[in-house]
Amino acid sequence: MILAGEGRILDLQGVNFCWRGRAPFALSIPDFSLGSGKTALLLGESGSGKSTLLSLICGTLLPDTGCVQVAGTDLAALSVTARDRFRAEHIGVIFQQFNLLPYGTVADNILLPLSFAPKRKKCAGDAMAGALTLIRSLGLPDNLMNARAATLSVGQQQRVAVARALIGQPPLIIADEPTSSLDAVNQTVFLDLLFQQLANNNASLLMVSHDPRLGDRFDHVFSMSEISKIERGAA
Amino acid sequence: MILRLALASLFARALTVGMTILAIALSVALFLGVEKIRTSAKASFTNTISGTDLIVGARSGSVQLLLYSVFRIGNATNNLTWQSYQDIAARADVAWAVPISLGDSHRQFRVMGTTVAFFEHYKYRKSRALALTDGVIISDLFDTVVGSDVAKTLKYSVGDPIIIAHGLASFTEHKDQPFRVSGILEKTGTPVDRTVIVNMEAIEAIHVDWKSGAKTPGQSTPLDVVRRMDLTPKAVTAALIGVKTPLKTFALQRAINQYPEEPLLAILPGVALQELWAIVGVAETALIAVSAMVVITALIGMMATIFSSLNERRREMAIFRAMGAGPATILGLLVLEAMLTAAFGAGLGLGMLYISLVIAQPVIDSTFGLWLTIDSPSIRELWVLFGVVLAGLIVSLIPAVRAYRLSLADGMMVTR
Repeated sequence: MILAGEGRILDLQGVNFCWRGRAPFALSIPDFSLGSGKTALLLGESGSGKSTLLSLICGTLLPDTGCVQVAGTDLAALSVTARDRFRAEHIGVIFQQFNLLPYGTVADNILLPLSFAPKRKKCAGDAMAGALTLIRSLGLPDNLMNARAATLSVGQQQRVAVARALIGQPPLIIADEPTSSLDAVNQTVFLDLLFQQLANNNASLLMVSHDPRLGDRFDHVFSMSEISKIERGAA
Repeated sequence: MILRLALASLFARALTVGMTILAIALSVALFLGVEKIRTSAKASFTNTISGTDLIVGARSGSVQLLLYSVFRIGNATNNLTWQSYQDIAARADVAWAVPISLGDSHRQFRVMGTTVAFFEHYKYRKSRALALTDGVIISDLFDTVVGSDVAKTLKYSVGDPIIIAHGLASFTEHKDQPFRVSGILEKTGTPVDRTVIVNMEAIEAIHVDWKSGAKTPGQSTPLDVVRRMDLTPKAVTAALIGVKTPLKTFALQRAINQYPEEPLLAILPGVALQELWAIVGVAETALIAVSAMVVITALIGMMATIFSSLNERRREMAIFRAMGAGPATILGLLVLEAMLTAAFGAGLGLGMLYISLVIAQPVIDSTFGLWLTIDSPSIRELWVLFGVVLAGLIVSLIPAVRAYRLSLADGMMVTR
């Protein structure tokens, strides 16, 4: 399945991955891509392989066969170190919850990816000023920069996580159910802010969720069952 | 940034990290404290006598001669005749000679007969001379100067009478010839503190009515008669010798060891002290080994703490991995935290040692006569601190490698 866009920020071809853990399964994704600047919502129940797919896209897992390309680069062709660096430079990640390092300040958390991504750091310019601009645009007060992450509300934590994913303008944002711990009002506020920032950065978004009501906001909505096939016990 | 986050992570786990730091600090303080006591004890031991070039006695072993003449431990197997002593003292290369006569006691303290030259020539801790806290040096035949421990233990003050007992474990006392405390010496941290010092002639005087180690029944020479008698000793236990030039020391030692009139032994005090210290060195090594084991135990405790925290920190590692940190960064972060913990522990331990030294120094000096020097950390101590940090790095590698593997396996997928 190809999700339209001029250039492809994400391209998976003939991907097969076999998980050899206690509950073995095989995930197969014949064809999936995402265009630059586009947003896609990936729906799926627990155990449908969403997290495995995100790990394959981020390069922390490698497919047994097939190819995962991000911004035109085959992740399997990179060394472990180069792949980590590539992820830091090109992908911003937003987790579901427990998103931040609790002992770090808001500034520490936002600036963390820049420690591993020199080009992204250069792009960010004055990193602290960039972080401040981001948290202002996400509706957070300036004085929060030096607050410990552990002292923030869930909503504030999610906004800081967005700022961390966006700093240095990575071309692809991966979000793993970022709204699941927010109430309906805060979900709307959070997505408004996220999409506004994506538009500013011309970044692509691949967000996984089990909530189909969010679909209206995205360029593309699809389910895991549409793009992939799972075989249980296929060690 | 990573260093700051490592510090923040440690502060966030203040209680467990604090306990680990405290354990390492206590072990480091113990290790350095043992080291400080060991070096101070060795210095104090080797400084028991200084400025004396040779100690001469009847032929025996060098350590034995040192033990009875300086440390008042054990007894001489034989004496040195007064004639031999005078022959040696009269040699051209001898600058000074001080005779020592041992054998009697007062309560549990040894009595030493000598001359006033002893107070001039006996030196300890490099070049410190004996000094009085009260009274004067021996001026009368039956005057005595007592060491600080003697005065303190027996609560003596100047003018108090003293009765000397015959021998070391005898119930027979020289009651007819009582002594008087004329002076009390300052604390020296040497065996002098536990010595009752009397005139050489006084030793002869109290034995006027004695023959073959027993008092002659019915004989009691009046004191005024004793005072008029020739009290030149017939023999001395040992002699302290100072040479005119150090270059002559070995020649004089050889000459005394080959003295034709009687078998004598001349020893270099420094060499004999080193020999003696080597004998007790086994205990020294054992002490160091035990305190080193305490440090190792504390570091293993730190390793256990890191291991136990790994599972609850998997989410944190997943965040780092998602941000682009490689598994090596995760390993490095844990090692860095362990090194910081060990460094804080080592630094705190050093601080605790110095605080303890400031508090305990006067107490230990007055109680044991051991002077613990307080100076900046020695190169050896700095190496110990560096070694603790290095050992912290090494022990942390085991849990860090485990974290490395976990982060490789987990990637970003830690859901709890």
